Amino acid sequence: MSTENTIEHKIDKADLEGKQEYTITVYAENRIGLLNRIAIIFSKRKINIESLNTSPSEIDGIHRFNIVIHESYEVVRKLARQIEKQIEVLKVYFNTNDEIIWQELALYKVSTDEIAEKVTVERLLRQYGASAVVIRKDYTVFAVTGHREETDALVKALEPYELIEFVRSARVAIIKDSAGFHEKLKEFEAFEPGEELVENEFLDKGQKIFTM
Amino acid sequence: METAQDTIQQNEAKAETSKTLFKGTGSQVLLNGLIEEGVTTIFGYPGGAIMPIYDALYDYADKLEHILVRHEQGGIHAAQGFARASGEVGVVFATSGPGATNLVTGLADAQIDSTPLVCITGQVFAHLLGTDAFQETDVINITTPVTKWNYQVTDAKEIQEVLAKAFYIAKSGRPGPVLIDITKNAQLQLEEFPEYVKCNHIRSYRPKPKVRVEYIEQAAELINSAKKPFILFGQGVILGKAEEEFKAFIDKTGIPAAWTIMGEGAIPTSHPLNVGMLGMHGNYGPNVLTNEADVIIAIGMRFDDRVTGRLDKYAKQAKVVHLDIDPAEIDKNVKAEVGVWGDCKETLPLLTNLVNENKHEDWLAKFRDYNQQEIDQVITPELYPTGDEMTMGEVLRNINEICGGDAVIVTDVGQHQMVACRYAKFNNTRSNITSGGLGTMGFGLPAAIGAKYGVPDKTVIAIIGDGGFQMTPQELGTIMQFGAAVKILILNNRFLGMVRQWQQLFHDKRYSFVNITSPDFVALAKSYYIEASKVDERANLRQALETMINHEGSYLLEVMVGRENNVFPMVPQGMSVSEIRLK
Ligand SMILES: Cc1ncc(C[n+]2csc(CCOP(=O)(O)OP(=O)(O)O)c2C)c(N)n1
Repeated sequence: MSTENTIEHKIDKADLEGKQEYTITVYAENRIGLLNRIAIIFSKRKINIESLNTSPSEIDGIHRFNIVIHESYEVVRKLARQIEKQIEVLKVYFNTNDEIIWQELALYKVSTDEIAEKVTVERLLRQYGASAVVIRKDYTVFAVTGHREETDALVKALEPYELIEFVRSARVAIIKDSAGFHEKLKEFEAFEPGEELVENEFLDKGQKIFTM
Repeated sequence: METAQDTIQQNEAKAETSKTLFKGTGSQVLLNGLIEEGVTTIFGYPGGAIMPIYDALYDYADKLEHILVRHEQGGIHAAQGFARASGEVGVVFATSGPGATNLVTGLADAQIDSTPLVCITGQVFAHLLGTDAFQETDVINITTPVTKWNYQVTDAKEIQEVLAKAFYIAKSGRPGPVLIDITKNAQLQLEEFPEYVKCNHIRSYRPKPKVRVEYIEQAAELINSAKKPFILFGQGVILGKAEEEFKAFIDKTGIPAAWTIMGEGAIPTSHPLNVGMLGMHGNYGPNVLTNEADVIIAIGMRFDDRVTGRLDKYAKQAKVVHLDIDPAEIDKNVKAEVGVWGDCKETLPLLTNLVNENKHEDWLAKFRDYNQQEIDQVITPELYPTGDEMTMGEVLRNINEICGGDAVIVTDVGQHQMVACRYAKFNNTRSNITSGGLGTMGFGLPAAIGAKYGVPDKTVIAIIGDGGFQMTPQELGTIMQFGAAVKILILNNRFLGMVRQWQQLFHDKRYSFVNITSPDFVALAKSYYIEASKVDERANLRQALETMINHEGSYLLEVMVGRENNVFPMVPQGMSVSEIRLK
C-alpha cells in the first residue's frame, strides 16, 4: 500500500510535472458501455490513448483495462480519479514504466521464399527471439513479445526482406508492487448493505459533537 | 448476507428461490418499483416506444401523479425543479428517439448541478436494436457523457434490480441523473416477479469515502492557526442535508462564509457570518478578500471558473482545506493543502468538535467595509433607483418585502438571474433554484412548475428574462392543464441582456443580434387561461407584485425594466477575483 500509485497516494516530486509514459490499470465490472464511458474521460480532455487493452482478470466477472498514455503525473492522477468515479469501476492504479512489468506482442508476416533464400533472415529472427507461428508455402508468420524497442528493432531488420504485414498488440502490464488488487477487492466486498461507513473515535461522542 | 444487488446475474439466480409476489408485465413491475421508491410525481410525455408503460400507468392514477408536460425538455427541467426543491429524486418518462434526445439538455444540466433524477425512456423492440428502426436512437451512447449512470433493459427480469440501482445511484454520494432505457418487448413481457428490494450496496461503487480522522485533525489545526480564515460553501452542504452541521461549524469558529450560486440558501441570508456571493457577479468583499485570506475552507463546492476567475491569480497566498464527497473534485482546479473526503454531514461535526471557538472580529470588519462600499456604489442605486426606469434590483427588493424571504425563487439564465441571486433573501434552504453549471436558458419556467410540485405549500416565483421565457413558453400549457400555482415574473429589457452587457463592455457596444422582440406576454398567458398583467411604471410595481403573489392560482407578471442596465460588481472573464469592478 505504501508505494502504490493509487489515487489516494500523494507524492511531491519536482519531476512529476514532466510528461512520461504511464500505464493505468483499471479493475471494473464487465459491463456493456463501460469502455465508452472510460474513453470519454480521455477524449473530453483531448488526451490521446497510446494503447488500450481490456481482458478478463483473475477474478470472475471483473475485467482489467491497461491504458497507456503519455502525460504528466498531475494529469494522470486526475484522470484516474475520474475513471474511478464511474459506478462499475472498482479500482484504478497508475504506474510509470519502472513500476510495472509489461509486454507487447508483435506478429510479422514475411515471404517464405525470402526467408528460405536468405539465411541472414533466419539469423535475424533468432537474434530477436522470435518464434514461427505459421509456416506456409507463400508466407511465414513470426511472433515476438517484448518492449516497444525490441519489437520495433525487428521491424527495422525485416524491412529489406518484404515484410508483408505487421501488427502489434496493446500493452499488457503487471504492477511490481506485491500488494495486489485482491486485498482491495476483499475490502469492497466487506461493505455489506446498510453498514455504517464512518468508523472513528469521535462519532461515539454523540452529543459532544452535535453542539446545536 | 444480502449481497444480491451486486450483479444482475446473481439476482436472477436469487429470484427463482424467493417467493413470487407479483405476476405482471415489465411495465407494471416498473410502476410498482417507483411506488416502492416513494415516487408520487412523474413528469413525462408519451410515444410509441413507451406506450406499454403509459398503458399500465392508466391503472395507477391514484398512486402516481403524472404531469403531462408540453416538451420533454420541460419535463426534465420540471423534474430538476422538483428534486431541488424537495430533496427527493425527480422522475421523468419519455419515449424513444426524439423524446429521449429532448432530454439531453436537462441531463447535462442535472449532471453538472448534481441533481438526482431517474429518467425512463422507451426504446424499440430488442430485436430491432441497431437496425435504424422507426424512432430508434442510441440513447445510451448519446447520454453517456451526461449521466451518472445509464442502462438499457432488454428483458423485464432486469427491471426491478436496475430500477433499485438507479435510485440508489441517483441519490447517493454525489447525486446525479440516471437514465434507464427499456425496450418495448421488456415493457410488455409477462413475468413472475419477486418482492422489490431497495438497493443500498453496489460492489464497485463507494458513494461515501471512509472519513479519515487524520485529515480532519490536520484541517482543524490549520483552521485554528488561521488569522484570516474564509469559508466558501456550495451546494454540497444542501445536497448533504448538512445545513445544521454547517451552521454549527461557522457559529463556533466565527469564520466569514460566502456562497457559490448553488450554495445560496444553505444558511439564511440574514446570518451574521453570511458575507455574500462569490464569483463573476458576486459581492465585492468576498471576491477581493479571497486573495487576502490565509486559510480557505471550501465546503461542497468545486471551484468553478465562474467562481475563481483567473486560476493562476486565485488565492495563491491561502492554504486550502477542501471538504467534498467527490474525491475527483479535490485538487481538480485548486490545490488543497488538506483534502477532507467525505459526506459533509459527517465530516463537519468532526471538524466542529476539534476547532476553537473564535470571533475573528477584525477580519469580519473588513468584509463589512467592502460591503459598505458596495452598498453605496452599487446596491442602493440598484434597489432604490432614482431614475425613471425600473431596475431588476428594485423588483427583487419588493419581492423580499412582500415574501419576507420565505418564497422559493426559481430563475432562468441571464442578468435577472444574477440580480435575483444577489438580492433575493432566503430564510430556508432549497429556496434558490437556478441552473448553475450549465446556465440553461429555458430552465426557469419548467423548473418552477416542478418546484411547485415538490413543495406545494410554498410560494414559488419564477424570475425569467424575455429571452429565456421564449425558449420554453409551451409549458404554460402544463400550468393551464394541471394548475401548478406558479408565479411567473418576466423582467423584460427587450434585449438578451447578459449578452448585450458583454457586448457593451468587451465588444465596443457592437450589439450583434441581442435585440429581441416579444409577443404580448399578457395575451399569451391569457390564451392559456392564466391571469396576467404588465407594469411599466414604478408607481404600479408594488401593487402588481402583491397581486401576483397573493393570487390563488398561477399568475404571469411582466415588468418592463431599464433597457441597458448592467449587473455589477463584475469580475471580467480572464481576470483575477480581486480585480472585481464596481462599475
Ligand atoms: C440555451 C442557451 N442559449 C444561449 C445562452 C447564452 N445566454 C446567456 S444569458 C443570455 C441572455 C439572456 O437574455 P434574457 O433571457 O432576456 O435575460 P436577461 O439577461 O435580459 O435578464 C444568453 C443568450 C444560454 N445561457 N443558454
